[in-house]
Amino acid sequence: MKFEKINIVLTLFVLINYSTSAQNKKINAREKMAFIKGGIYTPLYGSKEEGSGIKVAPFFIDKYPVTNAQFLKFVEENPKWQRSKAKKLFADKNYLSNWKSDLELGKNVLPNSPVTNVSWFAAKAYCEYYKKRLPSVDEWELVAKASTNQSDGSKDQNYIKQILEWYSRPATEKISPVGSRGKNYWGIYDMHGLVWEWTSDFFSALVTGESRGDSGLERNLFCGSGSVNASDFKNYPAFMRSAFRSSLKANYTTSNLGFRCAKDFK
Amino acid sequence: MKTKIKIFNMLLTVFFFATLIGCSSESSDQISGEEHAHLTQAPYVPPAITRKHTTKVIIDLEVREVIKQLSDGVEYVFWTFGGDVPGSFIRVREGDFVEFHLHNHPLNKLPHNIDLHAVTGPGGGATSSFTAPGHTSIFSFTVKNPGLFVYHCATAPVGMHIANGMYGLILVEPKEGLPPVDREYYVMQSEFYTEGNYGDAGLQPFSMQKALTETPDYVVFNGSVGSLVGDKSLKANVGESVRLYIGNGGPNLISSFHVIGEIFDLVYSEGGNNAVQKNVQTTLVPAGGSSIVEFKVNVPGNFIMVDHSIFRAFNKGTLGMLTVKGAEDKTIYSGKQKDELYSGSISTASGVNSFTGELNKENRKEGYASKYSTGDSKVDENLLKTAMASGSKASSPTEMFNIGNSVYNQSCVACHQADGKGIANVFPPLVNSDWLKTHSKEEAINNVIAGRTGELTVNNKTYNGIMPPQNLSDAQSAAVLTYVYKKFAGKDVAVSAEDVKKVRAAKK
Repeated sequence: MKFEKINIVLTLFVLINYSTSAQNKKINAREKMAFIKGGIYTPLYGSKEEGSGIKVAPFFIDKYPVTNAQFLKFVEENPKWQRSKAKKLFADKNYLSNWKSDLELGKNVLPNSPVTNVSWFAAKAYCEYYKKRLPSVDEWELVAKASTNQSDGSKDQNYIKQILEWYSRPATEKISPVGSRGKNYWGIYDMHGLVWEWTSDFFSALVTGESRGDSGLERNLFCGSGSVNASDFKNYPAFMRSAFRSSLKANYTTSNLGFRCAKDFK
Repeated sequence: MKTKIKIFNMLLTVFFFATLIGCSSESSDQISGEEHAHLTQAPYVPPAITRKHTTKVIIDLEVREVIKQLSDGVEYVFWTFGGDVPGSFIRVREGDFVEFHLHNHPLNKLPHNIDLHAVTGPGGGATSSFTAPGHTSIFSFTVKNPGLFVYHCATAPVGMHIANGMYGLILVEPKEGLPPVDREYYVMQSEFYTEGNYGDAGLQPFSMQKALTETPDYVVFNGSVGSLVGDKSLKANVGESVRLYIGNGGPNLISSFHVIGEIFDLVYSEGGNNAVQKNVQTTLVPAGGSSIVEFKVNVPGNFIMVDHSIFRAFNKGTLGMLTVKGAEDKTIYSGKQKDELYSGSISTASGVNSFTGELNKENRKEGYASKYSTGDSKVDENLLKTAMASGSKASSPTEMFNIGNSVYNQSCVACHQADGKGIANVFPPLVNSDWLKTHSKEEAINNVIAGRTGELTVNNKTYNGIMPPQNLSDAQSAAVLTYVYKKFAGKDVAVSAEDVKKVRAAKK
């Protein structure tokens, strides 16, 4: 409920700012973003019936995950999001822990690699500062299901295999630069194979289509019950993303979790 | 009055003592003290619990995603409880109150949880232990039921978390403890589904397709091929009692656990705490289940542990070893006492008859017989019969090669494999083997006819296994070595029945 209110306020805020912002700034922002015309996305825990997918409205999304350099600029301009100043309620003790200090990246942290160890609150604040927002799970998944040459690669076992390989490999301390994992059908880079990414409603991974009663909340956490309601039993990467999102709280930060921003199309 | 008081006093005393006794027996059920669990990596088991009271046990288990060896030259990304596959062995006592700390290492990519089959409660703990990377979950439970239980990760997709190595055993000792034994070991079977075939080198990704069709390329004990052979084999001395805690992580297959040359004196079927079976040859270990077996080792030697679904043992890696040292007891096991030639009855087989005729006509003098003849016509007859039994004649190197090929397929292939690569860490390779290059053909012949035990270094890898003497005729031995030299060493080495006969004679 709170979130909805915040979102409404936010949207208004964004709209007002959007219309008043300078023309060149708008173009600059658009260059770094790609237009997604929308489409149908079938959630993993949705109904299996034909045509029951979720309709996703057109939107813009960042071509690349947000980098350390970009986030550094953000914390320089927003000191309350610097490591030593961020409230634990909004970012746990590992917030930016891979950085050397509040305003120094450190030797294993490349400026053009995706920023990680950021909380949902921090990611959200970043996007808002640049008049953007975090993408929803539906938006993110719609973009992510595109392979290199198809808007929907979710039935392509080779494509799934590649994603799975990354998910099942342990993380390295040094993360590759953005762009290193190639672009997909929409021209969006690094949707798979670089870092996990925050979504605005990550907590909804727990909420099932049949959201009456909290008993449903546990169903994707353990054993066979996790697959009872799944729409695609073979989409293991989707299971893993869903499980990953479910394990998070908004102030959590992990060494492999970054984000990118989105924007409404109006 | 006095007596009344006395009686009263006596009653009081009795009551007092009764209460004391009551209290002391009761107190063993009450939790007192606190300790940190001592965890071990397979094949080791924490020491038996000696305390007689229930306590609070704190368990710290860290989940790590690591790259390790699955087989020689083959790597795999294992998701582990405690850094190894199988996960750390946990030992607690019936009634203990366990405070479980599940740590998910910050560098891990995925969230994990733990479902302990020893836990009574939703998800066996999985609902309370779902943990993001870089976080720790704490939950508590009382172990109410004694037995040997599997624990595993139960995060979606569950199959994949288990397939990548997330399982282990927790032993809940009954209050009265388990009977003491000399040796205890931890052996856990499981299978791995790789994109590449068995032995394909490099880092092998998980194959979802093979997992779905339940066709693994690797079925192993303790997380890798060769984890329990050579230096790493389980050890015992003659006369000792051995207890194996056997688990099966699956994710799909059921194990028919068998120790070649041993009989389990006692089996706690399916890991329950009542010994329900005596004198068992093979015990079934369900996926996600366990078994406890006990046996006394009476004679020395290498005892091979297998999943008696036997292709898994010889082609997929389900092979371990228990090495027993000590004095032999020939009354229990004699060893080979004699090797005699046996020709069987071959005269009734029509194919053989016609073949004999042909051989007599064309090859008797110039071909096969003269080549392998020692001048003794009786030996000739036997050689011929043996060659005929193998269904071939040999009058040229090509034919020698062909006979050798079929002998190889019958006698050698199970261990050295069709491609001659052997089985990593268990059976040495023949293909490009430096041993064959640096040793004489007489030594090679000796291996075939007399067998070989003890340490052997091939291509810089040390093996410590056993090759039994092969029950082959001189001609068959010659043929198979000709084949091996040609096929696997790329060399034409003339090995004749005569050579074999000489080596045999020298041994006598």
